[in-house]
Amino acid sequence: MPELIFQAKDLTKTFSRRRIFSGISFVLGKSDSLAITGKNGSGKTTLLKILAGVLSPSRGSTEILSDGSRIKDADRFLYLGLVSPYLQLYDEFTAWENLDIFRKVRDSRVPESRLDALLERVRLSDRKGDPVRTYSSGMKQRLKYAFALIHDPPVLLLDEPASNLDREGISTVYGIIEEQKKKGIVIIATNDAEDLKYSNRIIDLDLLKAGGAS
Amino acid sequence: MNVRAAITIFSKDIRSELRTRYALNALIMFVITTLSVILFAIGNESVSPEVLSGVLWIIIFFSTMSGLSRTFVSEEERGTVLTLQLVARPVEVYCGKLLFNLVLLFALNTFTVALYLIFVTSFSVSSYSIFITTLVLGTLGLASASTIIAAIISKANTKGTLYPVLSFPILLPLLLTVINATKMAADGAALSEAAGEFQVLASYLVVITAVSYLLFEHVWKD
Repeated sequence: MPELIFQAKDLTKTFSRRRIFSGISFVLGKSDSLAITGKNGSGKTTLLKILAGVLSPSRGSTEILSDGSRIKDADRFLYLGLVSPYLQLYDEFTAWENLDIFRKVRDSRVPESRLDALLERVRLSDRKGDPVRTYSSGMKQRLKYAFALIHDPPVLLLDEPASNLDREGISTVYGIIEEQKKKGIVIIATNDAEDLKYSNRIIDLDLLKAGGAS
Repeated sequence: MNVRAAITIFSKDIRSELRTRYALNALIMFVITTLSVILFAIGNESVSPEVLSGVLWIIIFFSTMSGLSRTFVSEEERGTVLTLQLVARPVEVYCGKLLFNLVLLFALNTFTVALYLIFVTSFSVSSYSIFITTLVLGTLGLASASTIIAAIISKANTKGTLYPVLSFPILLPLLLTVINATKMAADGAALSEAAGEFQVLASYLVVITAVSYLLFEHVWKD
């Protein structure tokens, strides 16, 4: 497996004249896990979107290096998996159809059997043929994990990873995080103290804004 | 570009449309309602082919405006834009959406023209070669332009009103040309006489598609 580095250099984001955060830099390698914390509105989700490549920073850049070679921005999605409350799947399709669509769109040569294994992992096998619109918010959250893991991404980005989940769901998620830490990189945006235990580095956006060390 | 990804997005949109009828029902109802109003308005009056050619493309233009934006607006409203951004390159999304709009518009225009020829008895086509070529090139240009405009307006707050307003100046050269070519088809002109119109339509299609292809990544990303 190629050596993967995920790095951010001097990330700054402003909306109109309001500066959300500035000067965020880090380098993450295999088995690194980073937590981003901060009060509501501090820019955790914005930072995660920038790291996912779906939002441009006002200044600075992010890079994924595979064996020292920079991955093109257009191909970045092949290396990332994201789970977030604002991520939506198609309600009119079943869980299996959703995953199958995303498997084919990514063209990651993932076998269909992996979809069944992922649905089993997130405990949705018995409801895989039901339209997503009939799912509870917790079931949708679990399906998002299956979505994010289809292509076995080296970098997993999680925004409020345990939101809407029951105890069993939370335990599954922590299992996924532990597994991901063994083979890749995990970045978590959270304020939950339990989630922070799964990270070996923390960026506190409130401290950063106040001029303190992160 | 991964062609399979574009085709999967197209197939996803077709299946989604067949299940939700987001655009299809609105488009069909719009065509039927507009045509009925026009038939009541014309009554027994004798209307020239010039006017009837224009009326046909007015129906097509406004029905396009009422339905084709859904391809991007529905993704934006349901919050699935981010999901698509995470699984596909912008060019693959653009090609998938363009393909969907092309199929939808070809189906809609075939339906509209069939109803128009059946019910508007004072409109008849003398040169089918000009008429069909115009319809095909006009549909291609209309679908191409309305796809990129739909992508732009899906990011705006006033989506409904902005779509026809923004589309009109961009589609004006196309509309004037197809109306003129349709009039020639009604008058029974020779195919060679409409060559100039076809060149304009083909050039318009190439320019709009190329510009859309180049612009889409900037429009798609926040």
